[in-house]
Amino acid sequence: MNAKILKRAPVSQQRQIIDKDSKADIGNIVEIEINGKDFKVPLGVTILEACRSNGIHIPTLCYHEDLCIAGVCRICVVEVEGMKTLQASCAYPITNRINVWTSSEKVRKARRHILDLLLSEHYGQCYTCHRNNNCELQTLAKEYGVDFFRYGHIQERRYSVDRSSFAVIRDMDKCVLCKRCVRTCIDLQEVGVLEATYRGDRTKISTFMDKPLADVICINCGQCINRCPTAALKANDPSDEIWEAIDNPEKHVIIQTAPSPRASIGEEFGLPPGHSMTGELNTALRMIGFDRVFDTNFSADLTIMEEGTELLLRLKKKLVDKDDNIKLPQFTSCSPGWIKYIEHFYPDYLDYLSTCKSPQQMFGAILKTFYAELHNIDPANIVTVALMPCSAKKFECNRPEMRSSGYKDIDYGLTTREMAQMIKEAGLNLPELPKSNFDDPFGEASGAGLIFGATGGVMEAALRTVYELVTGRQVPFQNLNIEVCRGFEGIKEASILLTEVKPEWSFLEGLELKFIIAHGTANAKKVMEMLIRGELDDYHFVEIMACPGGCIGGGGQPIPTSPEIRKKRAEAIYKEEMELSVRKSHENPHIKFIYEKFLTDGPCGHISHKLLHTHYVRRGRYID
Amino acid sequence: MLVSEKSALTAEIEGIVNEYGNTRDNLLPILQRILNKHGHISEFAQQEVARLLDIHPVEVYGVVTFYGFMRVKEEGRYIVRLCKTISCDLAGKEAIARAIERELDIKFGETTQDKKFTLEYINCMGMCDAGPAMLINDTVYTHLTPRKAIEILKNCK
Repeated sequence: MNAKILKRAPVSQQRQIIDKDSKADIGNIVEIEINGKDFKVPLGVTILEACRSNGIHIPTLCYHEDLCIAGVCRICVVEVEGMKTLQASCAYPITNRINVWTSSEKVRKARRHILDLLLSEHYGQCYTCHRNNNCELQTLAKEYGVDFFRYGHIQERRYSVDRSSFAVIRDMDKCVLCKRCVRTCIDLQEVGVLEATYRGDRTKISTFMDKPLADVICINCGQCINRCPTAALKANDPSDEIWEAIDNPEKHVIIQTAPSPRASIGEEFGLPPGHSMTGELNTALRMIGFDRVFDTNFSADLTIMEEGTELLLRLKKKLVDKDDNIKLPQFTSCSPGWIKYIEHFYPDYLDYLSTCKSPQQMFGAILKTFYAELHNIDPANIVTVALMPCSAKKFECNRPEMRSSGYKDIDYGLTTREMAQMIKEAGLNLPELPKSNFDDPFGEASGAGLIFGATGGVMEAALRTVYELVTGRQVPFQNLNIEVCRGFEGIKEASILLTEVKPEWSFLEGLELKFIIAHGTANAKKVMEMLIRGELDDYHFVEIMACPGGCIGGGGQPIPTSPEIRKKRAEAIYKEEMELSVRKSHENPHIKFIYEKFLTDGPCGHISHKLLHTHYVRRGRYID
Repeated sequence: MLVSEKSALTAEIEGIVNEYGNTRDNLLPILQRILNKHGHISEFAQQEVARLLDIHPVEVYGVVTFYGFMRVKEEGRYIVRLCKTISCDLAGKEAIARAIERELDIKFGETTQDKKFTLEYINCMGMCDAGPAMLINDTVYTHLTPRKAIEILKNCK
């Protein structure tokens, strides 16, 4: 057995998804009795899955659809006849006929005691907690009628709050040791920053040697925040500073909004996932007091122009000039979590990354130079806020490299959750607001920029532009929808043949442009291993997003998250995209305008290199 | 830590990992070997083990902190562990504890300045019939009296 076990969880604990229909064909159906009623379920599903698919509610806390089974919280216990003790239903695969009772007296009492025990060490009060009304522990306490602390309630802090990171704040006094963050970090993202340490009543979730989060190799993806059932993890909230800037009449406060928050912010206002709120959000932002509301999709278009041109330049240098220093495939650089991941884990491969900044940072650099000049505003008085689905953006805007305008290009990164909080604080009910458009001059964006929000979107947008630039024709897909780029498979591979190219690109004639799309850093790791083994030598372009599902599943998005919710959000984005008139980055009139007036030496020219491109830091894995 | 010390430690850990194999199920024996040689498993050593086994440093740290006998910092050459469980307590553990504290001039949980002794409590080690009992490194001492305990400490070179 030389095969390396990459996953931390043994195979038996990893999530097994059993397809109902396929099992039904071969007769592997088990008849069981739940609460006195007969049910037929496929062999091997857990009691929890069997109950959920038949509309029977079992409460859970450590269980999460994206993660492997842990079975540590014991909230989901049920009575199985013939068993001496209660069984955790999430970790009990059904293999024979059993009688299950999901809410007998014994079960209800046990659950109440488990909750009482969890609450006895859960410090703090609900009304000063940012997860108030969206806390799984609070919901359970209500569900099971907890009205006093049977085992007492801790009155003093045991740990100090770790505020070292730009992105993620850890408050271990709120932790219930469900280990969702551990499983997220190690299994889902394969970053491995958090683990349960010590033992027994001293158990706590900690980083290597209990170091502050800023000192370990955290990539700030925030996936742990999205999965934490309580308030132990949260994003670093800059809304107080933003309010201060809004209230200061001297400051010109600009907000840019990324494509994914508008597809998800409705969830914070009680709407089901999959409602796009672009127009309402614009109105809300103006009512809050932002002086200008711009669309990050504009700078996504700019990114496509720069990144697409960079790819073509790399192809030319490699194929025509035979320059061996040029690295292909070119990796995208839009996802700050992915950037920090590669800086830590694969520092020898930074040359493969596109040098383009992310859309957020490109916009910041343009706002504090071109826009300031155009409107005659002192850049020192411009405050740039970015509404992002992302916690890593908070780290990105604080990078020392991101000051090419001479100022901090983006002052604050704000997550979808924090934006929703600001809108509520302003007394607005988002779904009821009238719709309005973005402000000019950077208001109009193409659909290509919009689909950046879902995994595969950057690739799709880039292909639309690159293909048309090279051949003069539209991409050969119906309605410009490059379906191979869409969907939630971990790693997608495809290619597109370049034929009948324009004379100036004759060296690309007959080239099969091969590309890979991956999302989640666990998949990014697989792609990097392929690169190291030399399997990607004939590939040209790789899109990587650090979060599962791309930005729509980002660490700043509304809680909870699940594959189903992410799918709905992506659908909302693709639907909105179909309704736009301009769907190719290079056809965006504002992009043409900015290359005529400001970035006069064209994409990847001298000015854009100064403002829109960056360099990366070799961080390595060693923790000092 | 000096660079030369680091590379010596790396070479040593590489040797141990080669001996046991670089899969995660060998983590514990590898850690025990390092512990026996150095008396502690330093931050650097943990990261080297993690690198060679292709696991995360925090997973190694999780294992190291789980076991009471593993330590991450350099402490005394002699680790004196006095049993604090009920049988030894009834047999007069408290008097032994006071005597040792006086003799070494440190409290439980501390290390002497010359890094010779570290003093700590442990739970039952199965010597209930022969208490009070204490463990110095790998040797068990039973039927202790204050005078006998001090004598044992004096014999530690």
